[in-house]
Amino acid sequence: MSKQHVKMTVNGKKVEALVEPRTLLIHFLREDLSLTGPHIGCDTTHCGACTVDLDGKSVKSCTVFAVQADGSEITTIEGIAHADGTLHAIQEAFRQYHGLQCGFCTPGMITRAYRLLQDNPNPTEAEIRYGISGNLCRCTGYQNIVRAIQAAAQQLSAAKEAAE
Amino acid sequence: MIPGAFDYHRPSSLADAVKLMGSLGDDATILAGGQSLIPMMKLRLAAPEHLVDLGGLGELRTIDVKGSAITLGAMVTQTEIIASEALAAVVPILRETSTQIADPQVRNCGTVGGNVANGDPSNDMPAIMQALDATYVLYGPNGSREVKAREFYSGSYVTAREPHEILSAIRITAPPAGHGYAYEKQKRKIGDYATAAAAVILTLSGGRCTAASIALTNVAETALFARDAGAALVGTGLDAAAIAKAVAAAKAIASPSGDVRGPADFRLQVAGVMVARAIGKARSRVR
Repeated sequence: MSKQHVKMTVNGKKVEALVEPRTLLIHFLREDLSLTGPHIGCDTTHCGACTVDLDGKSVKSCTVFAVQADGSEITTIEGIAHADGTLHAIQEAFRQYHGLQCGFCTPGMITRAYRLLQDNPNPTEAEIRYGISGNLCRCTGYQNIVRAIQAAAQQLSAAKEAAE
Repeated sequence: MIPGAFDYHRPSSLADAVKLMGSLGDDATILAGGQSLIPMMKLRLAAPEHLVDLGGLGELRTIDVKGSAITLGAMVTQTEIIASEALAAVVPILRETSTQIADPQVRNCGTVGGNVANGDPSNDMPAIMQALDATYVLYGPNGSREVKAREFYSGSYVTAREPHEILSAIRITAPPAGHGYAYEKQKRKIGDYATAAAAVILTLSGGRCTAASIALTNVAETALFARDAGAALVGTGLDAAAIAKAVAAAKAIASPSGDVRGPADFRLQVAGVMVARAIGKARSRVR
């Protein structure tokens, strides 16, 4: 079973590696690249803790082979904050609105919310709930997660208007 | 969980993919979106020696709408179906169904070809394609052939596709403009498979039903085309008696098993309720 050469851009950095075809993207990120932000939760395509951004789309990295991601651009939770280390508006909103308790689902939740707000900058509450329906949180009951995403959406829209 | 080892192939054309499948024989499995296959491989319920990834075949990722003639490439994702205004304008039941499949991340990867081809009776698109009387295009070493969706499924994970054949596209003739449609899916939670679900497509003229097509998801070994249920509506004004007849005809061919979604009797009852609701919603959408 021959190894495959893969190249991708992860959080803006070019990476290359030889991987076994059966290597799941989540394992490649966590074990080969030491990006342990994306979590392995259910490992059965339900919980979304492993969510990453692949070529501008949210995917569950436990259900994608690393070889399928050859040539792609990937963003993980490690790539969401600004280059100077200050938090992204979504991260800041999760902190401020207490959008987490144990924190296990949070990397996936924020990575998903990041893409959701790019696709739909002003979502309704129903659109937020539908948009994060592939991410399970067993602590919060989602109320504060939804509030955090709403607050981030407002903040990002206001910042965009100010910039224009 | 880590899948068993396999060799990975990523052909860049359908012709190459067909050739590969022909030469690798029964040890090869086709990888489309992977949202069913990869979980199965992680559980070692599937352990192919070779995976042929269709992800490099841009030619299978097209949505072609020419009047009422539609060709859906097999690698079109559920997300792409939802996003297609051209498709929603002529066959809106496809968008309605895709929005009820799994969750955003899975819909970004999961393909319509994989959904119809793998033969899982809990998948949603097989019933839709039967309701639409769609045709599947299958490519093998000896060229292509076409199989009607209504004749494709013979058992749980058993279909008319030969192991080395690739389902490349789905051809659909859009129902007449102004048709009513609905896909009603009862599920325990978002992202779940159906406890039972029903697809209804109907046309009315002067208040009378002139054509009706009904299909069911996850209440038998395969998705079911409920021919008699649809026939029970034709010629009627979709009154309560006609709907009751259609519901009875649909339930008569359903044989759900008891599972985590409920006992068999309950799931059969739900199937009837889904048929009645889908007829009502489809009627309300007739223009």
